Amino acid sequence: MAANRIPRVQARAQEPAVRARNFEEVSYGFSIEEAQLEASRCLHCKNPRCVGACPVNVNIPGFIGYVAAGDFASAAAVIAEDSSLPAVCGRVCPQETQCEGSCILGVKGEPVSIGNLERFVADWNRENGVVKPSAARPNGHKVAIIGSGPSGLACAYDLAKLGYDVTVFEALHKAGGVLEYGIPEFRLPKEKVVASEIATVKELGVKIETNVVAGRTVTIDSLLDKEGFSAVFVGSGAGLPRFMGIPGENFNGVFSANEFLTRNNLMKAYREDYMTPIHTGDKVVVVGGGNVAMDAARTALRLGADTTIVYRRTEAELPARREEIHHAMEEGVRFMMLTNPVEVIGDEKGWVRGIRCIRMDLGEPDESGRRSPVPVQGSEFEIETDSVIMALGTSPNPLIARTTSGLDTNRRGCIVADENGVTSRKGVFAGGDAVTGAATVILAMGAGRKAAAAIHEYISGK
Amino acid sequence: MYRIVSKEMLTPLVCRMEVEAPRLASSACPGQFLIVRVEEGGERIPLTISDFDPEKGTVVIVTQKIGASTQDICALEAGDAFSDVAGPLGVPSEFMEMSEDELKGQRYVFIAGGVGAAPVYPQAKWLHERGVAVDVIIGAKTADLMIYRDEMAGVCDNLYVCTDDGSEGFHGLVTGMLEKLVLEEGRQYTMAVAIGPMIMMKFATLTAKKLGLPMTVSLNTLMVDGTGMCGACRVTVGGKMRFACVEGPEFNGHEVDFDEAMRRQGMYRTEEQATEPHVCKIGRGR
Repeated sequence: MAANRIPRVQARAQEPAVRARNFEEVSYGFSIEEAQLEASRCLHCKNPRCVGACPVNVNIPGFIGYVAAGDFASAAAVIAEDSSLPAVCGRVCPQETQCEGSCILGVKGEPVSIGNLERFVADWNRENGVVKPSAARPNGHKVAIIGSGPSGLACAYDLAKLGYDVTVFEALHKAGGVLEYGIPEFRLPKEKVVASEIATVKELGVKIETNVVAGRTVTIDSLLDKEGFSAVFVGSGAGLPRFMGIPGENFNGVFSANEFLTRNNLMKAYREDYMTPIHTGDKVVVVGGGNVAMDAARTALRLGADTTIVYRRTEAELPARREEIHHAMEEGVRFMMLTNPVEVIGDEKGWVRGIRCIRMDLGEPDESGRRSPVPVQGSEFEIETDSVIMALGTSPNPLIARTTSGLDTNRRGCIVADENGVTSRKGVFAGGDAVTGAATVILAMGAGRKAAAAIHEYISGK
Repeated sequence: MYRIVSKEMLTPLVCRMEVEAPRLASSACPGQFLIVRVEEGGERIPLTISDFDPEKGTVVIVTQKIGASTQDICALEAGDAFSDVAGPLGVPSEFMEMSEDELKGQRYVFIAGGVGAAPVYPQAKWLHERGVAVDVIIGAKTADLMIYRDEMAGVCDNLYVCTDDGSEGFHGLVTGMLEKLVLEEGRQYTMAVAIGPMIMMKFATLTAKKLGLPMTVSLNTLMVDGTGMCGACRVTVGGKMRFACVEGPEFNGHEVDFDEAMRRQGMYRTEEQATEPHVCKIGRGR
């Protein structure tokens, strides 16, 4: 098998020392030659496991075959059947645990670089403007979508293609949800990628109303009862940032990762021409080990701070993508594993001056199967720092559940929905982080797609 | 875009604007706030809602120049537009939840400091229209900086004006006025509400405690998104971390850690002052 002997093509990237000082995209992606060479590695399995492993079931061998043949427009058309945000997914999906993680080539060698190929096709299509999805004839039914993040956009895309009159309500001033406020420019360029993918969704006739806070400006009840929407999809996202509950967390200079990233991404605090301030000081400690922690740490580094990540387990348990951890390390983020904060220390003016931590050991596995960390008695020590960023996940925002009659939530406060997004309230569907708690862009998109299908069935069966 | 229908300067530092925002105007309640952005590149600035007209589709906001962004807001004129106005945000005032019977027996005293008079106005108006007894104390440094004097007179039973320099009304602080009303004039209130600078709300709460009065305050904390996402607005209330944007902005004053809230409010002050244009104070007294 000749395909096996070609090594996996690596995408070129900015040098670590250079990129650690700018907000330009880290990876350059594939050139045409690189993409075709990498595409030629695909074995075109009869039962492609990659497709089943993709939350939106992109026909992966199908589009890769067209890339190998140099027919990029056809490749883009294949992806567009299933994915509304290919340029986003090619960049931020955890391919290593999904499509690439199930690629047969990965058993003995390295899997096909599906993410980079998807990104290549999406970027090529954007630059050459060939394939545009088209909407069916309007069917006269109105559907409202709460939130313009990945789940909402994916849901809107599929419904618009089926001919629905779709309006997306976004609480912030800009559409995109976590793609705008959460994921940094150096991983996901905002104008080039996010804005243009949203433009594609709008070209299908989807309307996006910004500055509308569901539960306040409008309620789901009023959308259904007064504004003539036949169904509502709630993709309102993750919600309120978690803190540790340790002393000193309200000192000046302690931020949630959500705040820090929103200031820098949505509000563009890193740019001279934007007014929103951001504070790092000389040294920053980021608490947590997920993708959001990596994003916060790499952002702090780019703003000029000496940056350390503290995490209570070991490197092997870090929940972030390997690629992000690797990039952060290359760029110079310091990692202190088996370390857990016990107190934030402030100066006489109430500003952070350090963080007291305790060393941890790994004990017995907990319910998640990971060995749970236990504190080592008497091992407390202090790290000097000017800022602390808490990247500990989120808890659901209660606003929508509280203002919608008959919408059930679970013990943790997440909206209860089945795998098709069906909730306890007739005509109300939900998906993404509002249902699952903080997860990934692609899982949210998958939930949005499934809900779109369920909404179509609900309305056409009425 | 959200067009400014009218604008007037209430004092050299405070402007009032009526802004088109139809969805917001039809859903706003007393006690809530909104967030504006002047233009792309601008900050998201939380402001209290001082009136709303569902029929006209407009809201009224009052802004005091304190930093670069509030200077930019006050520089806009009628006919100009905000790029964004989002809201209403926060929980409506507690009395919105009360039944008519519960409201009947209430006697409210509002304590408004500086621009705090603007958000007090819709609350006093709502209660007054429903026949609830309402007294209002407005305080300002000097008579020229007093706002909402005439508007307020129309929505309460008794209006008390105080100035630090004695240029109008009672010579002294709002807290002194409150003590005078309760201790000397024997006024009995069931509820006090203070809105204004954090330091004023702190001392108004201390006074209320001394007088045995329940106290509600409206906290104007730092915010970025204003929808519960960032946690910049977190305050300690009753020993617990609370988010002013989604659980407030109104809290039981007796439980608020004001010193922490004041410290957090000033977090970006050095950054703000660096971009603040010089505001001439000559001839304006102290």
